[in-house]
Amino acid sequence: MNYLNSFVVALESLAANKLRSALTVLGIVIGVAAVIAMLAVGRGAQSTITGTIEGIGTNLLFVISGGNSDVTNPKPLTLADSQALRDSFAAPSVIGVAPMMQGSATVTAQGESTSTMLEAVTPDYGWVRNLELTEGEFISEAHILARSAVVVLGPDVAEELFGRTDGVVGETVRIEGQPFRVIGLLVSRGGSGFTNEDNRVIVPLTTAQARLLRRSTPNRVDMIIVQAASSEAVPQASEEIAAILRARHRTGIGADDFTVLNQQDFLDTAAAVTGVLTIFLGGVAAISLLVGGIGIMNIMLVSVIERTREIGLRKALGARKRDIMIQFLAESSMLSLLGGVLGIILGWLISAAVGAVAAASNADITPVIGVDSVLLATLFSMAVGLFFGLYPANRAASLEPVEALRYE
Amino acid sequence: MEASISAKKDLVIEARNLTKVYTMGDVEVHALRGLSLQIERGEIMSIMGPSGSGKSTLMNTLGCLDRPTSGEYYLDGESVAEMNDDQLADVRNRKVGFIFQTFNLLKRASALANVELPLRYANRNEDRTQIARQALESVGLGERLHHKPNELSGGQQQRVAIARALVNNPAFIMADEPTGNLDSKSGDEIMKMLLALNKERGVTVIIVTHDPEIAKRTERVVTIRDGQVADK
Repeated sequence: MNYLNSFVVALESLAANKLRSALTVLGIVIGVAAVIAMLAVGRGAQSTITGTIEGIGTNLLFVISGGNSDVTNPKPLTLADSQALRDSFAAPSVIGVAPMMQGSATVTAQGESTSTMLEAVTPDYGWVRNLELTEGEFISEAHILARSAVVVLGPDVAEELFGRTDGVVGETVRIEGQPFRVIGLLVSRGGSGFTNEDNRVIVPLTTAQARLLRRSTPNRVDMIIVQAASSEAVPQASEEIAAILRARHRTGIGADDFTVLNQQDFLDTAAAVTGVLTIFLGGVAAISLLVGGIGIMNIMLVSVIERTREIGLRKALGARKRDIMIQFLAESSMLSLLGGVLGIILGWLISAAVGAVAAASNADITPVIGVDSVLLATLFSMAVGLFFGLYPANRAASLEPVEALRYE
Repeated sequence: MEASISAKKDLVIEARNLTKVYTMGDVEVHALRGLSLQIERGEIMSIMGPSGSGKSTLMNTLGCLDRPTSGEYYLDGESVAEMNDDQLADVRNRKVGFIFQTFNLLKRASALANVELPLRYANRNEDRTQIARQALESVGLGERLHHKPNELSGGQQQRVAIARALVNNPAFIMADEPTGNLDSKSGDEIMKMLLALNKERGVTVIIVTHDPEIAKRTERVVTIRDGQVADK
């Protein structure tokens, strides 16, 4: 009995029990669909996060306070620290320094109210982060010195408060109840799910320190963004920044109370997080595949018992152990392969649906179905069918012909 | 000396001193107790015996579905008592044509596919459909090739089974109560067909039955009692 024959026979017998075959296949369909969809969505999220991080720019460094937890007397980052980083002798690789503070704030105007991200910055922030304005001007040195109550709005905030994204310069908004004059409007960068850069307001750092974001240490800043001369100069700049801050904070090497991060660090962290997430989701999906496999085994065992007489007859007519084995393995692997193919289609549909929902809710996730995940799902489902078919098939093949023929 | 006798008589089956012991729990059941039997080529004979006589065990042993506990069994000159499972399967496929009381056709397969089944396991390179069709035509079912068993009468189903038994040109046909599930008219037709096969084509036929009317129509009747051939 050749293999082609076995598969024809297997197909016939599966077709004879259509509902049962369909229900058995369902377990594998769901399992494979879950694997495909989870991997696709995970990969889509990963590329979105990666894209967001890559948008930061390759020559930026982020200095934040906090580092080695063993430091006995950690000092926060201050404005004076950021001034020190401007020293072109101690830090020749640094061409821009932008200290900033972050928080959230409720902004109101004309009876409308919105909750948004608040960034308190110095004039350098504008060019370090490549901010562009549709109208008005960015925060200037004069605003910093005077602690002016001025604000640059993100387009989403302007839309929310005024219902328009032009002609808002000169209007007054209230941030945490205090009046601020609008001096500029940012160009829209498009919403990207995790950090919507259009939904923020930017105020002078000194103003925020005095009125909005009170910190325990005077002149404290949350983060210092440093622009290196080029992306090749990033490691050198990192060394220089560390040296300056260590000297200022009087900490020894290896006991830093600050951390310098660059784009690659963020990418590595994001990759680690999404990697774990993908493995976790894949694991959940694999469990459902396993359950599907047990379903196949269950049905195959029932099928073997039901067809005991048929097996006896086939043996009486000259079927060897191997022939019976192949017949049942062909059935179980066909079930799982069919489930695999349907699962890939269903998984693709689910991914597309997730992509559509994400697009509708402004979260920019495009699920990506890789050839590798399709291949993985197909091979895995085949393997599940073979593995869980092995025991029932062996049981069928080992039946004694005399006993099997006598079975009622 | 015995070998020369068997050559002269052209024996299809030569069984010597067959024993078969089943162990059921602590009890040993002796189903065959040193049974010897010779069947010549071209014979049509029946095996009778009350239930528990060892008749079924003898049938299974002669049909190579089971091995004797001891004794010698030559089928068409081949010693089968010591064969392994796969060799036995092969012998069943080539040498034995089974006919069962309940027909044992595959429900979902057409008459043609049922008759093809032994050819599939024979794994020879041949036109199986053509051979199966000829076998069905020879039992008068040339018009019913693509009918499923449930579209055929009991007598017709048993004729499909006879075609299936003949399709590999076996050394003998082993018919287990071939008329047991049929009305008397169909049963009579099947008996006539088996007798005709024996007379016209020289097919060796062994009929296992408890119906003396059936047994009477064959050339020879062997009665089994207590695991041995009963003396006449």
